[in-house]
Amino acid sequence: MMSATPKAPKHLKARVPVSAVPPALPLGPPKIEIRHLNFYYGALQALHDINLTLADRSITAFIGPSGCGKSTLLRVLNRMYALYPKQRAEGEVLIGGRDILGPTVDVADLRYRVGMVFQKPTPFPMSVFQNVAFGLRLAGGMRGSELKDRVESALKDAAIWEEVKDKLDADGRSLSGGQQQRLCIARTIAVQPEVLLLDEPTAALDPISTLKVEETLEALRQKYCIVIVTHNLQQAARVSDVTGFMFLGELIEIGPSNELFTAPKNRKTDDYITGRFG
Amino acid sequence: MSRRRFRKFKNGLFLGLSMMATLAGLAALAAILFTLIAHGLAGISPRLFTQMTPVPNADQPGGLLNAIFGSAVMTALGILVGGPIGVLAGTYLAEYGRNSRLSTAVRFINDVLLSAPSIIVGLFIYEIIVVPMGHFSALAGALSLAVLAIPVTLRTTEDMLHLVPMGMKDSSAALGAQPWRTTLSILYPAARSGIVTGLLLAVARISGETAPLLFTALNNQFWSTNLAEPMANLPVVIFQFALSPYADWQQLAWAGALLITITILVLSIAARTLLAVLQRQGGGDR
Repeated sequence: MMSATPKAPKHLKARVPVSAVPPALPLGPPKIEIRHLNFYYGALQALHDINLTLADRSITAFIGPSGCGKSTLLRVLNRMYALYPKQRAEGEVLIGGRDILGPTVDVADLRYRVGMVFQKPTPFPMSVFQNVAFGLRLAGGMRGSELKDRVESALKDAAIWEEVKDKLDADGRSLSGGQQQRLCIARTIAVQPEVLLLDEPTAALDPISTLKVEETLEALRQKYCIVIVTHNLQQAARVSDVTGFMFLGELIEIGPSNELFTAPKNRKTDDYITGRFG
Repeated sequence: MSRRRFRKFKNGLFLGLSMMATLAGLAALAAILFTLIAHGLAGISPRLFTQMTPVPNADQPGGLLNAIFGSAVMTALGILVGGPIGVLAGTYLAEYGRNSRLSTAVRFINDVLLSAPSIIVGLFIYEIIVVPMGHFSALAGALSLAVLAIPVTLRTTEDMLHLVPMGMKDSSAALGAQPWRTTLSILYPAARSGIVTGLLLAVARISGETAPLLFTALNNQFWSTNLAEPMANLPVVIFQFALSPYADWQQLAWAGALLITITILVLSIAARTLLAVLQRQGGGDR
């Protein structure tokens, strides 16, 4: 087992609680800053004092056993939790410098800027084209060829254009599971959000579809701040620049993925990634 | 061994009993249908749809045109008024006030209304419409049918909206859609066949109702399109003609009964077919 010896690499020198220090950010400037975030499902506290910074134009993965709070963290970032009663968040979450937990925040506008893709593909009961155009129509003011172009480029970005260009009028639900999920990604990026959240986007997909979605993410990293929650450690290692390990509602460790997976600083992280629990 | 045989015996006994119960139920139904067809078929002819209800022992045999028209008008009006109320209230229960106290109360009252005797509804409309107006009217008849249509549509709408996967609603919200937008653009299309099924079931339910119309639309011997006046309708005509001593009236009553039954049968089959389509779609969603 590897342990942090005095000979550890430079980034391990600072032996302060990881959560207090933003990780090294090789890619874009900071996009999301989370400070002292606590989250409650009624009386149950699901997140404990989360502090971290996420870079723009990067992919951050959150891993951890079921119930560790990684999906909850994701649902805070677009205030998805606000759809459900008795769920509340405390602390600060700054996206582009603005606290999104504030009472004056327009939630619909926030969700327009922070897109989300869910575990199960959720194509809307309409055509492929209308699925992607849905978000654009919500914002309004776009029609005709402009709308067409945006839909096409979103489908291309989501790496599904070649497969659906001849059946844009087909019902979105008639596509295969993997295609449906990429359709959902296209729908989400069509509105050009600033942040893209993915909650176990490949958990319901076969390996080949998974690969395609991962390639899609690879291509999207140039444009977006991407946050992905996954149960698949290899996937986190493959696609993410930064990985955070969560356990029992706490952020145990976060750092560059290649380091976290090869030389974790925390014993729990090590146990988890080597398959000792979880 | 004897224990096993005893279990087999018990199994056989229950199978036999339930099959007998099924047969008894089906037999009653078959007997009704048989009688209906045996007596009604002779009366089915084009003149049912071209001539008015006759006077007793008339020279001309007469038809049911005014009653068929009246039933169609009042059923249509009833569903036009009751359907939207039921759908909107069901939407409220399923989407907006899912756990509120108001919803619990509305759901309970709706269940009561669902099984309330329809004659009570007729009396209710009689008190609030017929008495102030001073006379029976097609409008009052349509309204009493509307009251009967509401609980059926409300219940099916709520149930069908519950069947829409949570993820679909969340996805819509995640794109920045307001709840009303999600409901109109996502939920209704997703639950469309289910909601339409509910409306068809409501039509089937109200098109055969007699009791509420007795107190509201009453009947009319003549052709009438005036909603403020009494209007003929199939159930009440059947009721009146079947009780009469005149053979030609009785024959028309049988024919009318068969007509209503066939209509409801067709509507129910249409509703079931739609529901099957819905379930196939639901299965495709996984």
